[in-house]
Amino acid sequence: MTAAALETRMLCKQFGALQVTNGVSLRLKAGGRQALIGPNGAGKSTLINLLTGVLAPSSGSILLEGAPIDRLTTDQRVTRGLGRTFQVNALFPYLTPLESIMLAVARRNGRLGKPLLALHRQSDTTDEAFALARSVGLERDCLRPTAELPYGRQRLLEIALALAGQPRVLLLDEPAAGVPAGESFELMQAIEALPRDVAILFIEHDMDLVFRFAETITVLVAGTVLCEGTPGEIARDPEVRRVYLGNDGD
Amino acid sequence: MSDVTLDLARMMVARRARWTTIEIIFWVAAAASYFLFPTKLVLLTQILIGGLFAMSLDLLLGYGGIPSFGHAAFFGLGAYAAGLLAAHGWGEPVSGVFAGGAAAGSLGFAFSAVIARVRGAAVLMVTLCIGLLLFEAASRMPWLTGGDTGLQGIEMWPLLGLFEFDLFGRTGFWYAYATAFLLYLAARRYVHSPEGLALKGMRENHDRVPMLGVSTVRRKMIAFTISATIAGMAGALLAQTTQIVALETLSFERSVAALVMLIVGGIGTLIGGFLGAATFIWLRDVLSALHPVYWMFWLGLALIALVLMARGGLVGALSRLTARLARVRTMR
Repeated sequence: MTAAALETRMLCKQFGALQVTNGVSLRLKAGGRQALIGPNGAGKSTLINLLTGVLAPSSGSILLEGAPIDRLTTDQRVTRGLGRTFQVNALFPYLTPLESIMLAVARRNGRLGKPLLALHRQSDTTDEAFALARSVGLERDCLRPTAELPYGRQRLLEIALALAGQPRVLLLDEPAAGVPAGESFELMQAIEALPRDVAILFIEHDMDLVFRFAETITVLVAGTVLCEGTPGEIARDPEVRRVYLGNDGD
Repeated sequence: MSDVTLDLARMMVARRARWTTIEIIFWVAAAASYFLFPTKLVLLTQILIGGLFAMSLDLLLGYGGIPSFGHAAFFGLGAYAAGLLAAHGWGEPVSGVFAGGAAAGSLGFAFSAVIARVRGAAVLMVTLCIGLLLFEAASRMPWLTGGDTGLQGIEMWPLLGLFEFDLFGRTGFWYAYATAFLLYLAARRYVHSPEGLALKGMRENHDRVPMLGVSTVRRKMIAFTISATIAGMAGALLAQTTQIVALETLSFERSVAALVMLIVGGIGTLIGGFLGAATFIWLRDVLSALHPVYWMFWLGLALIALVLMARGGLVGALSRLTARLARVRTMR
């Protein structure tokens, strides 16, 4: 069996007496499109934080392309191929989108650690960052301070920053959250245009987006995997309808 | 909104690294001050050294958002290292400045491993403790440091084997000017490098930076080591140009003075440290002559007024003024 792009084995996280993640075993196949859904408080964002190293698991393990990463720091996980967007925009308000992307590109190209290297003379870094901004439709705004951008445009920057690291696994934490309807179309387009070799695990409450985009859906309830299957299987599952959709299965 | 092309993007990135009017005016005015105020060369030299020290703190606080309450530890260590070398028979100035920088940079590197792993108030505590530790250590080793009376017997060789350090401070001024200017160029290069961009990223959103694959621990270690090295070089300059090292070079007051200079001049601008030092040291000189007893009161009052009136420090106020002048010129 080939190694999954990302895998968790009996992952647990406890805050005092509160068990937020309880024995979660997930398998995201290479190039897969997998959604993680569940009611509020199910532990979805905690799981993403465990995967990215923001939180340390109480027990269990995480494997990225077959190699354990649970002892690595967040930046080390990113250099190994993990990318992430945040549920609430977490950006650099007074840097421009171009500068923000340039930072990620400069890291990937090994330009950090050289304090006397002139950034403006590294035209390949600028070119690559600009190309990335253009690929998500952000080139018009790439020279304005990020804080001045509408929320939806900032979501696009989140995606561009995640892609700048050339991840093999991308974790999208509610990518459409807070995006006005008028701006969500561009966001959807950007997500659908993501390279096929990047495996994507995304959390989303918008069921249209989940059922349109996901190949596999994992349902998380109270920190435990309730079930997993194709969109069709999940839609038909009476337990999911009862617990998650609040429907007794009419 | 007009289209942004790749050429425009490249131009805007290059523009960020361009020299500002304020920077050019400061360095030209600093050189001109030698001719305009020939009787004040010692004071002008102290301004350059104070500015260099404040700039070293600006790299940490203004660019990386890393506060320090004990930066005088590195300034004082650099001063003692260069002073001890000169007092024990090696009075060559340039190598003495490098020795001061190396000593302070080594200590900065050693402590950076701890400082890089703590945040917020804990950074203030650790840096404050470094300052106090060094001050107490120097105070309790009078056989090495001269204790309360200061390190004496510093004898400097001619600069580059040609220029004697004279009583009027002429050599000292140009020596401090050249060193400060070269270190300013290096610091400019640093803040406009990818490493400097990472530093600004940490200031803006520290927790987001690791998710770009950038190690904040490594960035802080580099920043702290560079900042401590420059602070040490500034201290070495003071030791060499005044030919005495007082315990005060390691004091908490000196750390705070650098912070005040930065706030007055403008944090996160590099040149603000020098403008702040010029204002602070000149005001201190004038007010202490006018009111030998209560000058601290008037200095405090003047600084509060400055901070209240000039948002973003002197650099902020001057930038707004030049922008307004430019607008008026365009309207005409």
